[in-house]
Amino acid sequence: MENNSIIRIKNLTKSFPMGKTQFTALRNINLILGKGEFTGLIGPSGSGKTTLLNIVGSLDSPTSGEAWVLDHSIGKLTAKQAAQLRKEKLGFIFQSYNLLAVHTVFENVEFPLLLLKMGASERKKMVMDALEWLGLTDKVKSKPPQLSGGECQRVAIARAMVKKPSLVLADEPTANLDAANSHHILKTMETLNRELKTTFLFATHDEKVIGYLHRKIYLLDGKVDRDERKVNSEK
Amino acid sequence: MIKFLIKGLLRDKSRSRVPIIVVAVGVMLTVFMNAYITGFMGDTIEMNARFSHGHLKVMTRAYAENMSQIPNDLALMNVEELLDELNEKMPRVLWAPRIQFGGLVDAPDELGETRSQGPAMGMGIDLLSGKTNEAERLNMEKSLVRGRMIQNPGESLLSEEFSQKLNVNPGDEVTLIGSTMNGAMTMYNFKVVGTVSFGTEAMDRGTIIADIEDAREALDMYDAAGELFGFLEEGFYDDEKAILLAEQFNMNYEGDSDDYTPVMKALSQQGSMGQYVTMADVWTIYISTIFVLAMALVLWNAGLLGGLRRYGEFGVRLAMGEEKSHVYRTLIYESVFIGIAGTVVGTAVGLGFAALVQKYGIDISGMMEGASMMFPTSIRTRITPTDYYIGFIPGLLSTVIGTMLAGIGIYKRKTSQLFKELEV
Repeated sequence: MENNSIIRIKNLTKSFPMGKTQFTALRNINLILGKGEFTGLIGPSGSGKTTLLNIVGSLDSPTSGEAWVLDHSIGKLTAKQAAQLRKEKLGFIFQSYNLLAVHTVFENVEFPLLLLKMGASERKKMVMDALEWLGLTDKVKSKPPQLSGGECQRVAIARAMVKKPSLVLADEPTANLDAANSHHILKTMETLNRELKTTFLFATHDEKVIGYLHRKIYLLDGKVDRDERKVNSEK
Repeated sequence: MIKFLIKGLLRDKSRSRVPIIVVAVGVMLTVFMNAYITGFMGDTIEMNARFSHGHLKVMTRAYAENMSQIPNDLALMNVEELLDELNEKMPRVLWAPRIQFGGLVDAPDELGETRSQGPAMGMGIDLLSGKTNEAERLNMEKSLVRGRMIQNPGESLLSEEFSQKLNVNPGDEVTLIGSTMNGAMTMYNFKVVGTVSFGTEAMDRGTIIADIEDAREALDMYDAAGELFGFLEEGFYDDEKAILLAEQFNMNYEGDSDDYTPVMKALSQQGSMGQYVTMADVWTIYISTIFVLAMALVLWNAGLLGGLRRYGEFGVRLAMGEEKSHVYRTLIYESVFIGIAGTVVGTAVGLGFAALVQKYGIDISGMMEGASMMFPTSIRTRITPTDYYIGFIPGLLSTVIGTMLAGIGIYKRKTSQLFKELEV
């Protein structure tokens, strides 16, 4: 494995049974992502970007080929090891926020730390830090239904970032947001990427997101069509 | 983590309050229905007990052997002494002497000549001494069709059908022609003060009812009675208890070979009543089981839906790194909590309703008017020890099994699939 790489994908193929036939969502993907990258998987619906994101997030496994994420071979992980990887190293941001509606903002952000069995005082400090990064300290006791869409997505980002993961996977994070909120969210993520050196991998076809990406991997029909890097990107 | 899950459970009405209410309602219905079915089956037995068998019956050994012939020549003697002994030894059983007799009822015209007559089945019941509540036990006031209840010696009631057949009305006199317990012929005049209808063909065809002291006088049965009826204080028949009491009583006379020795029989030991009690028990179990299973399916389904509804939430929790086994376990713990809470509430409410209906009953005499079968005119539940735990079958077991089945999806589906369901 290359020293600076966080994700290494080699000859990866993913097929799903569809009736009596097999549908191939990803074909022979080869990719390497370095630490601290701000990268996007770009493509139309059905291009395989979410499938690839799921495999990288150890939510799914490849049919053939290999996917190494933070020195773990995804295809060889047991369910328990995959959960451990997600718990300790990965953060997820979803299109529809997926916050736990009956819990407060504080409790939603605290949840990943509870899974890590951290002490109460340490948890409180880390949650408050995360909420401060996202400008949500005045919403600590609010519940998701009381928040705007932009605020909900910021809470989701705080939840993904609170444990300071090595890799954050974001699936269409701005799909439910207006332009102003989208830019605000993307700027926040870019700042977190820069300051905390967290690697971000997006799955998107939103032009607003694409504009912020430092590296753009275009997928078409389950294959990498092209891989572009921003000239003035830090990476 | 536990605190986090409890907070979620308590705050989310659809996860806690609603399922608890659903389980409680299901359990309440189960408990009430079980008590109702037990009560209904028991009421039919009770009718037979009140009119002809008692929960317990004391007779002479010879009378018991020929019970169907009602042989009053083999009746119990020194009944007051025997009653005192029974009241002392079995204070929780209510005893009442009765005399059944056959005879001819003759209705005279204004000249004293026979106008009409017919064979009658007579019942001598303790109505005037005030020592028993036989009138209430036989529901006589509500069975009265015309006239009034017996209030004085020498008065009698006729079944309505019989009175019409003889063309006898309240206020008329009739003569009972029969035989005494010693075999001599007897003729005894009664004043008919009312007519009754018990809603059963056997009782309504040709019955004459008199106070037991009049029956004794008519049949030369001083301080005698064909049968002593015993009724358990709880008000309903308990076969095990009745048989035990009968065995205890009979043990005192085990070595006695005299035909006039008293013998006690429980209701199920009399004629075909044993078969009926067994049949009622079996039917109670069948009906209760069907209802419990039906309710179990409903609550199983509720548990299943409750689990399926939360696949999205499980997807998030799994994505955050929670293990599948942990998600599954917490789901089961929640369902156990909901099952126990719902069952306790449902059982308490169900028992409350059942206790009210057991005490006061629901009067359905209006629906029973003209019925030719011997059915109870009041619906009463009967609370048994089973009612205290039967609700746990649908309430706890089915809820948990339903949830367990729903939770299997957590294992069967790929995490990414749960993740997709979350996005829907």
